[in-house]
Amino acid sequence: MAVNEKKKLSVIIKKLKSLALFFGNFNMKNILTTSNLSIGYKSKKETVTIAENLNLNLDAGKLISLIGANGIGKSTLLRTITGIQKPLSGNVFLNDKDIASFKPLELAQNLALVLTEKLPPSNLTVFELVALGRQPYTNWIGTLNPEDITKVNEALELTQISHLARKKHFEISDGQLQKVLIARALAQDTPLIILDEPTTHLDLLHKVSLFKLLKKLTQETQKCILFSTHDIDLAIQLSDEMIIMTPESVIQDEPCNLISKGSFATLFKDEHITFDAEKGKFIVN
Amino acid sequence: MFFLDISLGSVTIPFKEVCTSLTGGNASKSTWEYIIINYRLPKAITAVLVGVGLSISGLLMQTLFRNPLAGPDVLGLSSGAILAVAVVILGAGLLPSFLNEIVLSAYGIVLASTLGSISVLLLVLLVAQRLRNTMAILIVGLMFGSFTSAIVGVLTYFSSAEQLQRFTFWSLGNLGNLPWASIFVLAVCVAIGLLLSISSIKPLNALLLGENYAKSMGLNYKKAQLLIIFATSILAGSITAFAGPIAFIGLAVPHIAKLTFQTSNHAILYWSTFFYGAIIMLFCDIASQFPGLDTTLPINAITSIIGAPVVVWLLMKKRNFQ
Repeated sequence: MAVNEKKKLSVIIKKLKSLALFFGNFNMKNILTTSNLSIGYKSKKETVTIAENLNLNLDAGKLISLIGANGIGKSTLLRTITGIQKPLSGNVFLNDKDIASFKPLELAQNLALVLTEKLPPSNLTVFELVALGRQPYTNWIGTLNPEDITKVNEALELTQISHLARKKHFEISDGQLQKVLIARALAQDTPLIILDEPTTHLDLLHKVSLFKLLKKLTQETQKCILFSTHDIDLAIQLSDEMIIMTPESVIQDEPCNLISKGSFATLFKDEHITFDAEKGKFIVN
Repeated sequence: MFFLDISLGSVTIPFKEVCTSLTGGNASKSTWEYIIINYRLPKAITAVLVGVGLSISGLLMQTLFRNPLAGPDVLGLSSGAILAVAVVILGAGLLPSFLNEIVLSAYGIVLASTLGSISVLLLVLLVAQRLRNTMAILIVGLMFGSFTSAIVGVLTYFSSAEQLQRFTFWSLGNLGNLPWASIFVLAVCVAIGLLLSISSIKPLNALLLGENYAKSMGLNYKKAQLLIIFATSILAGSITAFAGPIAFIGLAVPHIAKLTFQTSNHAILYWSTFFYGAIIMLFCDIASQFPGLDTTLPINAITSIIGAPVVVWLLMKKRNFQ
């Protein structure tokens, strides 16, 4: 082979490698990071620190669960990384930009929420409710253009609730309503979706189907989904990564690494509950 | 409905003559023409403005407070206007005479009434942000209502018969007797309020999911809240000032619109409330000057007599009340 051709080949290989690297990076694209973040409450009298020095990374295409005992500060963490509450120190970066510098509309185009609160009474149909997710993109009076309607229909299909579109939101079950709220967040077309305890009030069957839905969404849409939950067994089985909050520390890692590190054992400070590392389950003594 | 309202009244005028007068022709009796141009037409226009304005302000309140019982009268907006006007009419004697005239002019009363309703609304809002409980807001409205009536009671005790009569007539509500200049001012106020309400249709739809979801969808909540409150105050305040505290329309009409159209989309609700408001108010006006009756009944009584059973009937018919 001539020297020239060899050179050409090596150039091509280099290009291919950089291309592969590019796609690799694309898949692992970082959506939200926190740098030395401290969360808590500040009042005139005192400062209550809930957690310090948090360096979390939320990547595209990952399903990440946030677990911790009641009152540990999961909601505070979620409120801080969604920009609702100010951090005590440190920063939250969404798409490499400090979350504090986002305008409300810009933030709404990058971050969608599913909250635990009950919806106020209204006559909204499922379609109308999901379509409200398009508000960051619609004009001053909120008219839906064909693109908006396509996005809404896509969201309804992804969550498999197209058949409910014409129903009123109070006529459907809790499990279905949770899917509707997720569809609304999908219609908002953001790289990151954060859900606050989406599986509360659901039975095991619906919990599992909801987790599977979230998993499917991260794989199919390359979105990053972060949710807080108390269903640790299910979260271990289905999450790509987990964030464990204990009074001492906040750890982020893959579930199997967390098991081998013994992180789950520190979750509850109670002699009656132990973690069985082999089964990946909590056991009551 | 509009033409029907103009055609009917204590003096019987043939419909053909009504049309001639309205189109600028000469009616066969000059008194008929006078009655129509200077009495019935202004009254019908006022009825439309009042009906539309109060209904829309009720719609805005119900969504903003996430409470089906909200409305300009229940939340104490009207009480605020009543108190301010009572202070102006009944308390004017305490002021020096040159101020007296300024304050007692039509614009003085309008200004007092608008200020009264705005301050009550701000108070209600303050409570709303402190308590987060919508029941508490209604209780505050009710308390303010009884507080107002007590103060008005004290004021009437110290005022002259003439002042008292003026205040009582104002408080019974009256669509007629407005000069064209006042109708123009009222129309401008209502138009501003209605335009502001149109621009708050999108925020109102977002608020259907609650404050937090609305914020997460990019809504500037404080700005939207202020816009809605300002629109409501200017609508309810100006109307109460010119036509007196008219009960029930603001509460009932949005429900009638919601129950018949079965929707929460404010783009639809806005227009249905708009037209229902106009039609129902014209109907109440016709009923208040019922053909064959010599006297005109107070409009305030008619709105409640008609409005209350309609809402109850609709509730019974459609169970899923939202």
